[in-house]
Amino acid sequence: MEKRVTFDNKVLPYVLLLPQIAVTVVFFFWPAIQALYQSLLLPDPFGLSSRFVWFDNFKHLLSDPYYLQSFQTTAVFTIAVTAISMSFSLLLAVMADQVIKGSSTYKMLLIWPYAVAPAIAGVLWLFMFQPSFGVLAYYMKASGYNWNPVLDGGQAMTLVVIAAAWKQVSYNFLFFLAGLQAIPKSLIEAAAIDGAGKWRRFWTIVFPLLSPTTFFLLVVNLTYAFFDTFGIIHTMTSGGPGRSTTVLVYKVYADGFVGQDLGSSAAQSVILMIVVAVLTVIQFRFIERRVHY
Amino acid sequence: MAAISIRDVRKTYGNTEVIHGVSIDIADGEFIVIVGPSGCGKSTLLRMVAGLERITSGTVEIGGRVVNDLEPRERDIAMVFQNYALYPHMSVFDNMAYGLKIMGKSKAEIRERVDKAAAMLQLEPYLERKPRALSGGQRQRVAMGRALVRDPAAFLFDEPLSNLDAKLRVQMRLEIKQMQQSVGTTSLYVTHDQVEAMTLADRLVVMHDGVAEQVATPMEVYSEPATTFVAGFIGSPAMNILPAKVGQSGGEFQLAAGPAIRPRDIALSDAGRDVLVGVRPEHLAVADAGDADVELQVLAIETLGADTLAHGRLAGATNGGEFIARLPGGASLKVGDVLPLAIEPGRVHLFDAASNQRIAAAAG
Amino acid sequence: MVEKRGIGTIISHVVLIAGIAVMCFPIYLAFVAASVSHREIIRPPMPLVPGPHLVDNFVTAITEGTNVGAATMMFNSLVMAMGIAIGKIAISIISAYAIVYFRFPFRMLAFWAIFMTLMLPVEVRIVPTYEVVASLKMLNSYTGLILPLIASATATFLFRQFFMTIPDELVEAARVDGAGPLRFFKDILLPLSVTNIAALFVILFIYGWNQYLWPLLITTRPEMNTIVMGLNQMIPTADDYGNWPITMASALMAILPPIAVVVFMQRLFVKGLVETEK
Repeated sequence: MEKRVTFDNKVLPYVLLLPQIAVTVVFFFWPAIQALYQSLLLPDPFGLSSRFVWFDNFKHLLSDPYYLQSFQTTAVFTIAVTAISMSFSLLLAVMADQVIKGSSTYKMLLIWPYAVAPAIAGVLWLFMFQPSFGVLAYYMKASGYNWNPVLDGGQAMTLVVIAAAWKQVSYNFLFFLAGLQAIPKSLIEAAAIDGAGKWRRFWTIVFPLLSPTTFFLLVVNLTYAFFDTFGIIHTMTSGGPGRSTTVLVYKVYADGFVGQDLGSSAAQSVILMIVVAVLTVIQFRFIERRVHY
Repeated sequence: MAAISIRDVRKTYGNTEVIHGVSIDIADGEFIVIVGPSGCGKSTLLRMVAGLERITSGTVEIGGRVVNDLEPRERDIAMVFQNYALYPHMSVFDNMAYGLKIMGKSKAEIRERVDKAAAMLQLEPYLERKPRALSGGQRQRVAMGRALVRDPAAFLFDEPLSNLDAKLRVQMRLEIKQMQQSVGTTSLYVTHDQVEAMTLADRLVVMHDGVAEQVATPMEVYSEPATTFVAGFIGSPAMNILPAKVGQSGGEFQLAAGPAIRPRDIALSDAGRDVLVGVRPEHLAVADAGDADVELQVLAIETLGADTLAHGRLAGATNGGEFIARLPGGASLKVGDVLPLAIEPGRVHLFDAASNQRIAAAAG
Repeated sequence: MVEKRGIGTIISHVVLIAGIAVMCFPIYLAFVAASVSHREIIRPPMPLVPGPHLVDNFVTAITEGTNVGAATMMFNSLVMAMGIAIGKIAISIISAYAIVYFRFPFRMLAFWAIFMTLMLPVEVRIVPTYEVVASLKMLNSYTGLILPLIASATATFLFRQFFMTIPDELVEAARVDGAGPLRFFKDILLPLSVTNIAALFVILFIYGWNQYLWPLLITTRPEMNTIVMGLNQMIPTADDYGNWPITMASALMAILPPIAVVVFMQRLFVKGLVETEK
């Protein structure tokens, strides 16, 4: 889509674009190129000089069991967060779509957690599940369950998944509700006249019509769980115990800043860039289609 | 106020020429209407005069000054747009004052000019309102007021009435005409509506496929259309146009559809020439069988009250030959009738079949 | 409406209330924790109703905190959030204006360059971006906190989308009225964009306020910490060290401004959220 009417000016458009392009080049492209370049270098142990090693960092990385484990951890984390958050939000949205009385109050009370930073969501949930005194941890232990996410990797993963999913419910709820409200009531009434019960109506009429929203949220949630949950992991578990919650994004940070393994960190950055690029392309191609739906 | 002269103006997009050399001379104070179907290039032509489109070749002069390379604001014109193009966040007053503010006029002068235009257009009670709080007709007036306050050399109108309902359109048509007559500003008006064109214009420009087919007064365009396109476009229902060959006698036209037509007052010397014979439906009357020029087999009847339209085909036509006659309201006819029709003298139009141009025929 | 009666509606209400309880409980508990003493918390079970120390704990959190008082960190967060929101809107609206209303060489290149930033979130280029900022001597500065984050493809696309819906005739009318490109921008385009700017501001303010990784990397001095990242350093690492009520009071302060924005500007917030995802 293009404007038919434009202004003639040789200099002005460049001046207008300059700030955005300058920031983009200095803080996006230059670092990205640096990451590409560094991913091909191997610094000596003292960081004084480095050698050009082609794809050794990548080869090394892809044969590193810790890195492969991190991939797996990320997959488990991402899928769990997306599934839990989306199904819980869909349930709430379907219910909110049914009520008339108090619906705006419900909506209000369900959307504010969007404003909570992931890192703070981490602190809040950590506090409740803190093994020695956290309220929920206390009652779990009182009922005989051995709860200790500081030592148990599976429990630590459960904890970060819950916090991350909790934070994303508001967003999903808002979009699901909007999607549900956009479905023409006449379709549902037609199905009711055709004799479909409530449950059947939902799965045969409502859910298929909601699929553009669902797919859109799927992509958004995957992206969120992949990239925006660094704060949650960092505050709650710092990737532990025993790397059980070290997702890829956390590993880039840990290897680059804590471990000072620049070559490997850069190679990981490059791999992540490819992942984002793929996700972005999927998102945009899908949105193109959504317009025509 | 100023004369406008458009000389051999052409417009090309990429390799496609959409305006093929149009020339129009507009006298000072004249009201010119450019009319044509959508896509004929009439809006493009107007926008080239306004300075909103580049002129590929040819010249446009306003007040004796070539304006090809001037910005719209330097051309001393004002324009009324199809969707009014009022600034939605500004009050009526600010909408009308905006151009004057940019010109750097004093507050007092702006006030005076806007008030004067508002009084003329009966907009005084609405000056502080936003456009969205106005009706369609009021918005249209504001758009005109915005043009009026500038006191420009020329007004340009781009289908200004097409967003209004039919009744309002008739009323605004009159108001535009009155406004233009009272200020006497040269005006160029684009429309696809032939009634609007006929009623407003001092002179009409009928455009088709990027060519100005005829530039003439409304009456000339109606009574002596220069081409078959003009003949078919102006007038409703459209003129009956039938392909024919000039007969041996010169006064007889053998229709491709079958029967022959023998108008009483017209003749062409070159027998065998391919021509198009045109007759307006309103120039036909029921006649005695002996005086008939054509015979119409009625296939459908539309009763309009004042008139009755008889649709059908010429009696004896083998292929084509569709024909319409506009008869008085009380005419008693029914489907299946064969009507003998006489053509009003002097009302047969002849066009060359190859060029579609009007042929000046000798009286027969 | 189909089957809007009796039992179904009651179930809906019950599910919604349960859902809200799950969503709100963590905040409620933080509120309780901020109103009792550290001793009460670390000796389970901790109380589930608010205690008497709310004001004391807040005062301590604001003035002292752990490393630095919450007042300082809140101020830093405010500067960062405002800087990011205003900066992103400012540079995005002018770049969208350039891309939509002008034709010039490299226009599509500029468009794609801006688009590419979507594919390079800070998380994937942490170390080299840090190095650039460090070499520009921007560590521990507001410039360093704000500037690298203000490029925005999303905001640019949103404005582009919006500009495309503005009728061409408006530009033409402005040109006939004698307005040049800058005047058109200031007098027509900017006033028409107010709602979009406001909606975007709400979203970007929350985005800026909630930044975590970036301030964590580039602010090493406590007085430059933002509240969201500073909170991490306030988490007691052992029962006898630190003070949970102070931490939770700070956490409440950290979420208060963005929540206030969502609650009081709900309509703009929803609009902003929906539009930026288009």
